[in-house]
Amino acid sequence: MSFLDTKPGVPLLESDDLVRHYDVNRGLGKPSATVKALDGVSFTLEAQKTLAVVGESGCGKSTLGRQLTLIEKPSAGQLKINGEAVGDLSDKDAKMFRRTVQMIFQNPYGSLNPRKKVGQILGEPVLLNMDHLGRKEREERVRDTMAKVGLRPEFYGRYPHMFSGGQRQRISIARALILEPKVIVADEPVSALDVSVQAQVLNLMMDLQEEMNVAYVFISHDLSVVRHIADDVMVMYLGRVAEKGPTEEIFAKPLHPYTRALLASAPKIDPAQRVKAEPLTGELPSPINPPSGCAFHKRCPFANEHCAQVRPELRMFEGREVACHRVEEIA
Amino acid sequence: MTSQNTPSTAPQNAVDDAMDTVGKPPSPFIETWNYFRKNRGAYVGLIVIAIILFVAAFATFIAPYDPILQDRTAFLKPPIWMEGADPRYILGTDAVGRDILSRLIHGAQLSVSIGVFVVIISMVTGIILGITAGYFRGWIEVGIMRLMDTMLALPSLIMAMAIVAILGPGLENAMLAIAIVQLPHYVRLSRASVVTELNKEYVIASQIAGAGHMRQMFINILPNCMAPLIVQGTLGISSAILDAAALGFLGLGAQPPLPEWGTMLAEAREFVGSAWWVITFPGLCILVTVLAFNLMGDGLRDALDPKMKR
Repeated sequence: MSFLDTKPGVPLLESDDLVRHYDVNRGLGKPSATVKALDGVSFTLEAQKTLAVVGESGCGKSTLGRQLTLIEKPSAGQLKINGEAVGDLSDKDAKMFRRTVQMIFQNPYGSLNPRKKVGQILGEPVLLNMDHLGRKEREERVRDTMAKVGLRPEFYGRYPHMFSGGQRQRISIARALILEPKVIVADEPVSALDVSVQAQVLNLMMDLQEEMNVAYVFISHDLSVVRHIADDVMVMYLGRVAEKGPTEEIFAKPLHPYTRALLASAPKIDPAQRVKAEPLTGELPSPINPPSGCAFHKRCPFANEHCAQVRPELRMFEGREVACHRVEEIA
Repeated sequence: MTSQNTPSTAPQNAVDDAMDTVGKPPSPFIETWNYFRKNRGAYVGLIVIAIILFVAAFATFIAPYDPILQDRTAFLKPPIWMEGADPRYILGTDAVGRDILSRLIHGAQLSVSIGVFVVIISMVTGIILGITAGYFRGWIEVGIMRLMDTMLALPSLIMAMAIVAILGPGLENAMLAIAIVQLPHYVRLSRASVVTELNKEYVIASQIAGAGHMRQMFINILPNCMAPLIVQGTLGISSAILDAAALGFLGLGAQPPLPEWGTMLAEAREFVGSAWWVITFPGLCILVTVLAFNLMGDGLRDALDPKMKR
């Protein structure tokens, strides 16, 4: 079994009905509850493409990222890379997996070890996963990667606290790229940065995508960023996919009421670009006790009896997948 | 008069100031040192500790006499500034004619090594237990932490006495007992730091990079937990010295004729009324040493705590 071999006709990354439940202890005497953070998410990602995962806080997008990088094991469902299922990995397979999937973190201040120099931080993945490289070759590889992401060579011996947020995020990107992975999961990589720096980092990520043939799973809540970088968009609500399709189509004509509301809530300067829909009201329901039927029906302006009782499944409509009973009437 | 304020000097200073602020940030060590230096008490403590360390290191050269040499012509001689003093003995002699100054100087050696060894033993063990508890959580944590809570529930000196009573009196056993008594502090402190650090993203990043448990615990997380442990270590030296003196005083620590300060106090008990110098000077030595370590520990805590920084 090898994750590294690409096979024609087989998607690079495939998530098959991925589920992650957390058991929470609600205190003495009360029965423990289950949080359905991720409740059956399926998607495919082709090489060199960018899939954006969007949604409100708490909709499960970061949990999805944690499953994709194997920080946690999914409760059910399967992850496939180049058609090979990722299950219990032996040490050798785990090394191979790490060379295929890497991650960029949201907080550039927390994701770099404050007591390590840049060279050591970047050298760690190489040291642990490419044991055939000697000390010199390792340093060479680190310096090459630093040059790729636009870090000056003299930064090699500096500590993270000497850098600005944008530079730290470059270090973080370099760490993810140094093993030359096929997939990078980026969990809100620019949301902690200034707008001017955001653009730099996004452009760097797009340049590197072309240069290194890497695919991104781009987790974000910033729709303007998503529109800029993504090929496909997957809108999530309460651990499930609400709508999934090509970026341009979704932004031009959102179908699911939740997608519409999400787009409407993003501020626009040009009145012609504004999506005609009511912005969302109310809070995201608790994933411990999700609403019956369609999870969105309590906040949905189009909801009826049927929506409150039967859970809608994803189905093809106008070239994309939507999970809504009334999509024909709304569209 | 006007030449003092020529316009050319002012901008020059401004440029110098600007250059100064642009310089790269100081290394963490220099920064800590600068904060530490501003705390006068801590600075004095450091100087006193340096003197004590020097005296302890060169005790054999500094001390005028052998600490256990008895002079049968000079029992209980007072210090030289008092009447009836023997000019050979600056701080007087004890009941069996030993030079008190020499005994104090050699006692410094004992006290410093007690402090250092006790802290090393309990810090190393405590860090290993604490990191294991904080990193693995679950029943390992419950087991270790409840045991430490039980140890904390017993008064420290009584527990140390119980351990010495089992192991038998003597300096080594007393040190071991004190190390065991101090253990819970290090375990709790390192566990708490590890739990905080474990939630930071750099730990997850290393996990994705493939770091194993040992590497995570000791190479990635431990260096970030050291600041509070260093402070606890300095404060631990002083309490170790104090506990060792207490055990010595009770006859469970260093045995005569070892010139341990607590043991010296115990030997001098019966002369409290008649020969004050025999009991005062060892007591003062304990006081000064413990105070110096406490002051330095406090200063270190302030210097290493980011919340205390201005």
